Amino acid sequence: MPRSTLPTPSGLKPPPKHAPRRLRTDADLRALQRMMTHALLQPLTADDELAPRWRDGRPMAEVAAEFIKPNDRLSSFERLQIYARGYWFRVIDGVYEDHPGLRALLGDKKFSALVRAYLAKYPSRSFTMRNLSSRLPQFIREAPRWTAPRTALAHAVARFEWAQTIAFDAAALPVLTAAEIARTPPARLRLGLQPYVSLLAVDWPVDDYVMAVKTRDALRREASHAVEHGPRPAARKKIPLPRRRRVFIVVHRYPHRLYYKRVDSAGFKILTALAAGRTLARAVAAAGRGVTPRQVGEWFATWMELGWFCRR
Amino acid sequence: MPANRFNAFTDYGIGLGLRVPHYAHILEQKPTCDWFEIISENFMVDGGRPLHVLDQILEQYRVVQHGVSMYFGSADQPDRAHLKKLKALVRRTKTPWLSDHLCWGSVDGTFTHDLLPMPYTLAAAKRTAEKIRQVRDYLEVPICVENVSSYAEFHVSEMTEWEFLSEVVERADCGILLDVNNIYVSAQNHSFDPYDYLRGVPADRVGQIHVAGHTKFEQYLLDTHDHPVLDPVWKLYAQAIRQCGVTATLLEWDDKIPSFEEVHDEAMKANAFIAGARTAKAAKRTAKTHTALAPP
Ligand SMILES: [Fe+2]
Repeated sequence: MPRSTLPTPSGLKPPPKHAPRRLRTDADLRALQRMMTHALLQPLTADDELAPRWRDGRPMAEVAAEFIKPNDRLSSFERLQIYARGYWFRVIDGVYEDHPGLRALLGDKKFSALVRAYLAKYPSRSFTMRNLSSRLPQFIREAPRWTAPRTALAHAVARFEWAQTIAFDAAALPVLTAAEIARTPPARLRLGLQPYVSLLAVDWPVDDYVMAVKTRDALRREASHAVEHGPRPAARKKIPLPRRRRVFIVVHRYPHRLYYKRVDSAGFKILTALAAGRTLARAVAAAGRGVTPRQVGEWFATWMELGWFCRR
Repeated sequence: MPANRFNAFTDYGIGLGLRVPHYAHILEQKPTCDWFEIISENFMVDGGRPLHVLDQILEQYRVVQHGVSMYFGSADQPDRAHLKKLKALVRRTKTPWLSDHLCWGSVDGTFTHDLLPMPYTLAAAKRTAEKIRQVRDYLEVPICVENVSSYAEFHVSEMTEWEFLSEVVERADCGILLDVNNIYVSAQNHSFDPYDYLRGVPADRVGQIHVAGHTKFEQYLLDTHDHPVLDPVWKLYAQAIRQCGVTATLLEWDDKIPSFEEVHDEAMKANAFIAGARTAKAAKRTAKTHTALAPP
């Protein structure tokens, strides 16, 4: 395989051909940092070792020796490997924690392969690990081979799990009160949806599925805490895959706890239209004829009580 | 001499890291704790539970901010949006000083989320010091930079780590968060004497100290923060406070976190060393007075 075809991770500039021999300028510092970052971001081998070859085909040991000193116990390669493993285990763990559902769906081995491929293409572009999986749903679509034959379901689960990260700590803007809403005629009123609210129309009840996985994992954790006093906990029980069915889920928080709320298709159309900036009158019209004004009134009462609307 | 301009002339005692598994205990039991160190990044969010918890903590306790992503040593410029978020948090917590690491971890906007070692050169020291100044001027709060544990050294380095640390803090005119566990770990990994390191540190710039546990592997030590503090690290700590004076001290325990009480008890062990340093100082003073009073 021609090594030069190794893709450069998204957002990263290519490294220098060789590590700088002296460090006299800011450019030298940047060159050294690019060199090391590329080495760390190259995927580990199947045995979790540092890749044996650098991107241009040279032995990694030779490249590592260009910039890292060996000592009496460890070679340059081995010292670099400590950092490479630290990097990969840290970011894999970060994604792992946020995706219990996707993990259960794919199984540990397949999940791990997906996450490694994802992070090799999309390393972190944010100061916080919180955003690590922001591009995972997109990657699942771009590279279906990691999740085949369940790519569409995996995509739905990943979107649902990312929505939870948003619901956990995205901004809450001042809530619009009924009085404020009443002041503007519906034909002109535009409501904003809180930044922490996500609207998901998906082809599987992924909320039920992820909830079942979380409940199972929590029970197992409890059982393993009690393991000294009782029999070993049973092997991980498999959660049946969800059956295909269109559902509309609003992922939100109230007041500081995560919730998923199902809405029906008409309600979802109204919320989506509002989120897209339509006026209240047009959003309600988008719901279609089958909805009574009384029904719409009840929905809005609930949604406003939950604090979903803000000024836009 | 614990209070200095690098910790805003405060005299904080022993603090603990604020960690998620302890939230419920702290909010319900309100245990005694002189101060909490928070990881800034965990609260640089726009809303939700993290800030809700933080506000409750702030009602009861003093909080000091410790960051893990400023990367003073990265070739990248500080990110404006990041600084803005951090400043909002500084205003919220009223942290008397702010610490982050003497390291790098990102390049061209890609983040490793690690604390990577610096090449110890004058050019890198100048660049790093300039960045510390920029950040301090923007945040308007004293800054202490922390020495990290490391597992590799660069060929381009021209000085020892402690010479590099001194060069940076003198140029930036900033403080030091001296992590004695990190000194110990790096000393073992790079075969230097940790006491040489201590002697090389400008003691009057130390605004805070970290102690922590590490893990021993066959060929190197790893900074894991998942253990009680090991004896040689406590010894180094004792020497550090003899040298710097009694200084705000924090125990880091970030993995396999036991109960709040257990972490608290471990941190309180520092008291014995602080008392030792105080007695030694008092004895020295008495001896001096006696010499002065002795007839010629
Ligand atoms: Fe530390």
